[in-house]
Amino acid sequence: MNNLKFLEEKAMEIRQLTIESIGKLGIGHVGGSLSICDLLALLYFDVMKIDPLLPNNEDRDRFILSKGHGGPAVYSALALKGYFDKSLLDTLNRPNTKLPSHCDRNLTIGIDMTTGSLGQGFSCAVGVAIGARMMKKDFWTYVCIGDGESQEGQIWEAAMLAGSQKLDKLIAFTDYNKLQIDGNIEQINGLYPLDEKWESFGWHVQVVDGHNIKALKYAITLAQNISGRPSMIIMDTIKGKGARFAENKISSHNMPVTEEMWKEAVKEIEELKVRLCN
Amino acid sequence: MQLTGRWLREIFSELLIEHAKSDDRICYIEADLMLASGTGGFKEQFPDRTINVGVAEANMISVAAGVSTLGMIPFTHSFTPFATRRCCDQITLSVSYAKNNVKMIGSDPGITAMLNGGTHMSMEDVAIMRNIPGMCIVEPIDGVQLVSLFPQILNHDGPVYIRLLRREAKSVYSEGESFTLGKSSVIHSGKDVTIIASGIMVSEAIQARELLMQEGIDAGIIDCHTIKPFDNETLIKEASISGAVVTAENHSIINGLGSAVAECLSENLPLPMRRVGVKDHFGEVGMQDFLAEKFGLTAKDIVNACKQVVGLKGEKQC
Repeated sequence: MNNLKFLEEKAMEIRQLTIESIGKLGIGHVGGSLSICDLLALLYFDVMKIDPLLPNNEDRDRFILSKGHGGPAVYSALALKGYFDKSLLDTLNRPNTKLPSHCDRNLTIGIDMTTGSLGQGFSCAVGVAIGARMMKKDFWTYVCIGDGESQEGQIWEAAMLAGSQKLDKLIAFTDYNKLQIDGNIEQINGLYPLDEKWESFGWHVQVVDGHNIKALKYAITLAQNISGRPSMIIMDTIKGKGARFAENKISSHNMPVTEEMWKEAVKEIEELKVRLCN
Repeated sequence: MQLTGRWLREIFSELLIEHAKSDDRICYIEADLMLASGTGGFKEQFPDRTINVGVAEANMISVAAGVSTLGMIPFTHSFTPFATRRCCDQITLSVSYAKNNVKMIGSDPGITAMLNGGTHMSMEDVAIMRNIPGMCIVEPIDGVQLVSLFPQILNHDGPVYIRLLRREAKSVYSEGESFTLGKSSVIHSGKDVTIIASGIMVSEAIQARELLMQEGIDAGIIDCHTIKPFDNETLIKEASISGAVVTAENHSIINGLGSAVAECLSENLPLPMRRVGVKDHFGEVGMQDFLAEKFGLTAKDIVNACKQVVGLKGEKQC
């Protein structure tokens, strides 16, 4: 594992760039982008075998953000990793952009699947893992789904298939931030007990703090050593994590962001970074 | 390979196996209808390249899209309604919007679903697929045509919807004849009216031509095996000769072949036309002959439509 401080710093940088790019535009999917930044830092800067200079290498590990509205956070991770220049982040959702709200594999270098219609990206990830097995490839397929997204029937169709096919090179994450557009998940269409649901579909399941990179790393390592079952890592997360104006707020799914708001949030992250370095 | 006197599903299955022997990109993804599609042989020969997802068509399509991102060419199958309307969003986004190369087979089109009845009888599958950007729609009418089009479908760089009769097709073409994807096939040129037909309606059109000939009307026939992209050129050429057009399809007249023809003619060559097809109705249980009579999909219906448009020629059109 790379130095924990290094990864925590990367997570902060991803958060900072994500808040900046959405803030400069004035509106965006703040909540669900910020809740996955720690996972993205770990995947892109430690776990995944990827090379920004060889983005189409067929043996690379894959990452699919099935909750495609978190695209701005992935773009920040890709820019930091060197897939493209950070200045491109300022084109988020602008006319003719390469960085649309929801991930698009044909527009953005480094994006492995077009997502946005919830549930589908997860099925596609199961397809990628099946295809890898057909082609006798050894790469890992990582996929992140949302908790609201888990209300889609397609998630469970794909979960059943992955369990039945014993896809043990597939590791999935649920961004379990407990909120969806119209309110609290449990008050709308509850997922509880989410871990038992996945277990009953034939998955190896772990529940971890999604903002604790060390815990996430241990969970991924364990998942990589489970044979005969796909793995689900349920990440307990906070929607809007790292920006006080958005943290744990239902309205943070897709919210307007003023210059004052994003600059204040960036300032706080920079102060945290200084503290981390000390 | 024997191309006549057999169910089309047998020919399709053999083609899939033959091509898969030399092309390891081909895989087959099914939603619990392998018995109906007759693809058990593929599974026997290529168990590692066959996935049965069970009764989950939406998942099947997105899984196929995922597989295709690795360079594989997945063929999927279900009956036409479940191959299209059941998974319309998955086809639109996971496949076409994401530019994934998936070949989707919908079998038992229109009234050929017969005793499975209204729930299994799609009159709108072409309409759904025609509205999806980048989609190619093919309806091979017999074994000869299927053999000729199959490699082109395989090598077409993009999604293809194959509207496939499962049962035995009336033989229209002779062995060795070849066809070009995207290019309609002119069976006859006609001086008085052009019938442009797809699927099982091509053989009805051939019967209609004979009946019309007895009444001194010279009807041409175009077999529109590729409904999208639509071949404007061939239609305009033949319609310029005849001056009147009748469409015939085993599908709703709304947004299928009839609509494609109307769009082409109204913008390029306005002339009298009529659409023979299902008139905004759901299907129902019945044998094919009964359903053809009930929904107006017979040679007689084509003849009547042809007489109407021939009578309208020269009159001022509304």
